[in-house]
Amino acid sequence: MKKQVFLFALVLFGIGLMSGCKPKGPAGVTTSGAAAKVYVPPGQYDEFYNFVSGGFNGQMAVYGLPSGRLFRNIPVFSVNPENGYGYSEETKPLLNTSHGFVPWDDLHHPALSTTNGEHDGRWVFGNANNTPRVARIDLRTFRTVEIIELPNSGGNHSSPFITENTEYVVAGTRFSVPVGENRDVPISSYKENFKGTISFIKVDPQTGRMHIAFQLRTPGFNYDLSRAGKGPSHGWFFFSCYNTEQAYTLLEVNASRNDKDFIMAVNWKKAEEYLAAGKGKTEKARYAHNIYDEKTHMATSTILEEVTVLDVTELPGIVYFLPCPKSPHGCDVDPTGEYIVGSGKLAAVMPVFSFSKMQQAIANKDFEGEFEGIPIIKYQSALYGEVQKPGLGPLHTEFDAQGNAYTSFFVSSEIVKWNVKTLQVLDRVPSYYSVGHLCVPGGPTKKPYGKYVIAYNKITKDRYLPTGPELTQSAQLYSIEGDKMQLLLDFPTIGEPHYAEAIPASLLKDKSLKIYPIEENQHPYATKGEKMARVERKGNDVHVYMTAIRSHLTPDNIEGLRVGDNVYFHVTNLEQDWDIPHGFAIKGANNAEILIMPGETQTLLWKPLKPGIYPFYCTDFCSALHQEMQGYARVSPAGSATPLKFSTGEISSQK
Amino acid sequence: MKYQYLLSLALLLACTQQRPESESSGDVTYGPGQSAVQDNISRPDIIRIASNSNVHKTLVAALKAVDYVDALSNAGPFTYFAPTDEAFDKLPAGTLANLLKPENKNQLRNILEYHVYVGNIREDRITDGMILNQVNLKNITINRSPDGKITINGVAQVMGVVEASNGTVYVIDTVLLPPANN
Repeated sequence: MKKQVFLFALVLFGIGLMSGCKPKGPAGVTTSGAAAKVYVPPGQYDEFYNFVSGGFNGQMAVYGLPSGRLFRNIPVFSVNPENGYGYSEETKPLLNTSHGFVPWDDLHHPALSTTNGEHDGRWVFGNANNTPRVARIDLRTFRTVEIIELPNSGGNHSSPFITENTEYVVAGTRFSVPVGENRDVPISSYKENFKGTISFIKVDPQTGRMHIAFQLRTPGFNYDLSRAGKGPSHGWFFFSCYNTEQAYTLLEVNASRNDKDFIMAVNWKKAEEYLAAGKGKTEKARYAHNIYDEKTHMATSTILEEVTVLDVTELPGIVYFLPCPKSPHGCDVDPTGEYIVGSGKLAAVMPVFSFSKMQQAIANKDFEGEFEGIPIIKYQSALYGEVQKPGLGPLHTEFDAQGNAYTSFFVSSEIVKWNVKTLQVLDRVPSYYSVGHLCVPGGPTKKPYGKYVIAYNKITKDRYLPTGPELTQSAQLYSIEGDKMQLLLDFPTIGEPHYAEAIPASLLKDKSLKIYPIEENQHPYATKGEKMARVERKGNDVHVYMTAIRSHLTPDNIEGLRVGDNVYFHVTNLEQDWDIPHGFAIKGANNAEILIMPGETQTLLWKPLKPGIYPFYCTDFCSALHQEMQGYARVSPAGSATPLKFSTGEISSQK
Repeated sequence: MKYQYLLSLALLLACTQQRPESESSGDVTYGPGQSAVQDNISRPDIIRIASNSNVHKTLVAALKAVDYVDALSNAGPFTYFAPTDEAFDKLPAGTLANLLKPENKNQLRNILEYHVYVGNIREDRITDGMILNQVNLKNITINRSPDGKITINGVAQVMGVVEASNGTVYVIDTVLLPPANN
């Protein structure tokens, strides 16, 4: 009876208190002061490049700051029919894995390469969450040039974070998974069979080439995020761990039971010592390593069979646990390298650990216990202090050069500025709504550039004109130049932005490649002049050596193709002129188009299914006679005797 | 008397979600947060449910007093224990008025955070003896009798359960007071 009354009361939708709080209309929202700070006049350049993960689109977007203008969406882990990435013969191998060709993934975190803890502007790395991989993008070409798969991993989330000199890119598994020979085990054998893996990917300092130097085998938790130490803590890495309960179902409840989970401190120099001493075990594994060669314009994929494993439960001194409240998500190291900030996403307190205290605690064996033989350092012994009740749902922290930290709070939807030394909250600003990651230019480096903090919001609801149920995510730009943060701009993003990094434009813009020199083109099917354009048949494979230059394709008449052929259009763009790409597409192809940059060769495979005449054309508006840049391919029935012919500009008398 | 005070407080607070002028950023105005999103189509969230209930006026006023309405309008998800007005009335005389003083904001917030769990525990997932660690980092213990009655910390009876868009609301007849230590 009483229950019914209350329920009735609850469903009564009376004059809600909300109705008095309508937002003020757009009139109150704009403004010259803020506008002047983000206005980049036409023809002028932005101050920063902002590399923003595309989340579930699998790509990495490049925006300018402070304008918020989108420049590029770099295809990384997902196919991109817009330019042929993952469709052209040259780029397909980049998306090869031990599971075969995977056309999609989920990219969460960009990591810009560093030298001595500062941006060096060479590469940006990105992680594939779903089918665990790490990619490297060359910042001269803004192209994905390498992808390495990670065996023994599931949900490559704490990745790719890098050491001070880009010695290593690390990749920690979110899901612990069965490792070893037999993986066909009951899910309920989690505690026995499921293990964590942290891959240390060595990066060649000259070429950037990656290889898995070793994998740490760790207890079966979820590994969430990580940061390398720097300065005094260089040689260490810190990973947030949740699900120390080792639950394998309904983690929402079952992985939230412990008051404290862990931050895992990894002494990777110690791991290197063990490796050098031959303590690593070589284990069988299958994983793809894909490399794009800028000279041949072509990627190759190699399946590797072995990986070296260091078991941290057997090799003391590599790993220590720091207790951290409530399912820590972010795990960030300040510019001095002394302070490690843990963000328990369910907690209302943020611990700040001291690297020097942690070292002292290790030296004193100041442990409160162990987990699978790994020492757990006493919380108080490594703790510098706690930021008390800074907000609800702390996620990530970035830093400025003045000793301040900026932490995002998902649940209370705000950015909170606090001082790392005093642990005092200095300012807070709302985000609209539910900020996830945030970015201060240079924020994860030893020398942050500061100036702005950008919030990457998960939810926009009423912030923009509605577009049906599926809405954009957003970025919000705040000035951090004064004592108080100042909201300047918000702009919609493509994909779902997770982490982002920003780098001064001056470090990249002058070395950006304009063209591929045609004389350096070593593509085996390159056609370095129209006179060399031709069509060759090898059984059912037909290779079309085609050139593109304003405003014709050579050859543009092709006959003698047959149903059942594999027709490879190897199109070389003969232009040596900045920003004159050509494109190529043919009617009915069960494929995408290709875009070919000046001096480049790209290949589109076409498998004609029916006899007939097939138009093809240049898809990138290249010139005043772009609409004239077209041709025909004639397909005859399988086994027909139509002679192979190709030409451009030849006119027979028409009957 | 006390009730009147609360009601007027509620009205006063209803429109203070926007940041005061002094804090606004130059000329960009900080609008209200998610609690003010105009949406009568979606299933109501916890704050809308509480605001539209006529037995949670005290609770809503208190949540507003500690700037908590936007948080509970968030995607969450939350398990929310919502004491009724009568539950607040059961507190010793003067307790609530005292808590609502600006200088006691943190204390009130601590109590209100003791009513929030981040994670949606639906009624059918409640088991006898279940322990939840609340937003203020203190635990609550949930008991479920064989006939299905749910009690929190042995003192608060669950009087009704409402599914919200961002979690589950358990209406309780007693305010939960956090222990000094867990």
